Amino acid sequence: MGKSTAIITAENLTKAYGTLKAVDGVNFQIEPGTCFGFLGPNGAGKTTVMRMIYCVTPLTSGSLAVSGNNVMGSMSAVKKGIGVVTQDDSLDYDLNVINNLLVYARYYDLTRDQALRRANELIEFFQLSEKREAHVHTLSGGMKRRLQIARALINKPSILILDEPSTGLDPQARHHVWAKCHELIEQGVTLLLTTHYMDEAEQLCDKIAVMDRGKIITEASPWDLIKTEVSPHVVEIRGDEKARNVILNAVKERIDFHEALSDRLLLYTQDATTLYTHIQDMDIPVKTLLSRRASLEDVFLKLTGRELID
Amino acid sequence: MKTPKVRILAALRVWQRNATVYKRTWKLNILPNFFEPFLYLLGMGLGLGAYITEMEGVPYINFIAPGLLISSIMWGATLETTYNVFVKMNFDRIYDGILTTPINPKDLALGELLWGATRGTIYGGAFLSILFLFGMGLHWGILLIFPLLFIIGFMFATIGLLFTSMIKEIELFNYFFTLFLTPLFLFSGIFFPMNQLPEVVQTIAWFTPLYHGVELSRGIFNEVWNMELLQHFAWIIVVTILNTSIVLRAIHKRLYN
Repeated sequence: MGKSTAIITAENLTKAYGTLKAVDGVNFQIEPGTCFGFLGPNGAGKTTVMRMIYCVTPLTSGSLAVSGNNVMGSMSAVKKGIGVVTQDDSLDYDLNVINNLLVYARYYDLTRDQALRRANELIEFFQLSEKREAHVHTLSGGMKRRLQIARALINKPSILILDEPSTGLDPQARHHVWAKCHELIEQGVTLLLTTHYMDEAEQLCDKIAVMDRGKIITEASPWDLIKTEVSPHVVEIRGDEKARNVILNAVKERIDFHEALSDRLLLYTQDATTLYTHIQDMDIPVKTLLSRRASLEDVFLKLTGRELID
Repeated sequence: MKTPKVRILAALRVWQRNATVYKRTWKLNILPNFFEPFLYLLGMGLGLGAYITEMEGVPYINFIAPGLLISSIMWGATLETTYNVFVKMNFDRIYDGILTTPINPKDLALGELLWGATRGTIYGGAFLSILFLFGMGLHWGILLIFPLLFIIGFMFATIGLLFTSMIKEIELFNYFFTLFLTPLFLFSGIFFPMNQLPEVVQTIAWFTPLYHGVELSRGIFNEVWNMELLQHFAWIIVVTILNTSIVLRAIHKRLYN
């Protein structure tokens, strides 16, 4: 391999709790200024990978370097350059909004002036000005998440880690968070996120590592994953199993492949329109017949045989 | 395994965080600290004192006051590093946030110990000011008590934090307070001289922390200067240092896994 430009490099990264391997020999490289996503169901090992990167969980074996620093050797140096938004709300409820930022700034040894300037910028950027003096428990879910991201950015980190940034938020708040993430990427921040939402990964990530049972099963850009792992279009059919089987047998020659799930049939194809009309013309009664673009959810299903969110 | 070194400056950041929170509520917080000694002295000193006029050559109220002072430090410091730390660690997730910054678990632990010692000092300081009001300890030798408030507070903070590092359920603190601190409170020579107790109890007491603090405090208050005071002081210093190194490792192990 040539000289690496990666900001984060993991080699054979492993974390075992007793006999359980939460992360099992994982390799990846993250280029600076990109958004890298870990996609997978709960328990896949995404959060554990993140925790090893921001130095709150030691490695069992393998190696992990962040900006050239070994995470096991120079914890504080590594953490100085990373901002972290944990999955569970870890805001300081004993403090108000501005003090959450100022107290956090002290952990990074910012001076009072630096801290105040930076905190004011962030409050502005995340549209929290009206809540500046408010106590954290009076904030909405979306505001809390924004404050957590603001707090993570207090030391101008080159890497921002977001562990399931939009879980538990309503659609409007999710889009707000995503918009802010896009702005940060434009500013040159390397974004690292875990998610089990396909749309989030597609919206934000340049590259995605799909994780399952502690391993990375594939890694590519969202669109490449869809192109290489599944066909670009899907015709989805709900209805009774007999009808679904009749249709499947009739169109088998016309499709690339299919997934027969308990409640529906997915037909993957290059040309959805023709297939869709063909099935419509068969005039077999089904509950729903729809044609859509293939998504990462289809990729995950294809790779693991399981649905991502039950 | 080698663990990272603790850093004083990083620990002070954690201390500062607690001070910022405390600043918001200190006026509400501190008042009971003044009433407590007042009630003790009134109830025990004047009440019991009516029957026990003198003990070891001093009025009963003067006998118990120096020991009660130290016990107030004990309660203050341990409350901080038991319940308060447990809640910050497990319920409020404050540490989850702090540990993503350059603060490491050992820094965090030392910060909490310093804060526990500070709270102990606040408890003790309030108590002391009431003793002064009662006219006790008004001599130059009393200056020695001031650093002791913090040092003894620190020792009890390490003891509380060590227990906290070992438990997973908050209910278990009941055992710590009822089966450890309460017996210390009753059998460390605060209310009656240790030499009234069987030799075996005296021997056990020598291995417990409050006893040495009480003896030291009483010596200073009543101006009984002797070598034993130095021994008690040495005991406190040695135990505090040993316990600090144990507890920093224990917290590191608990929070870095």
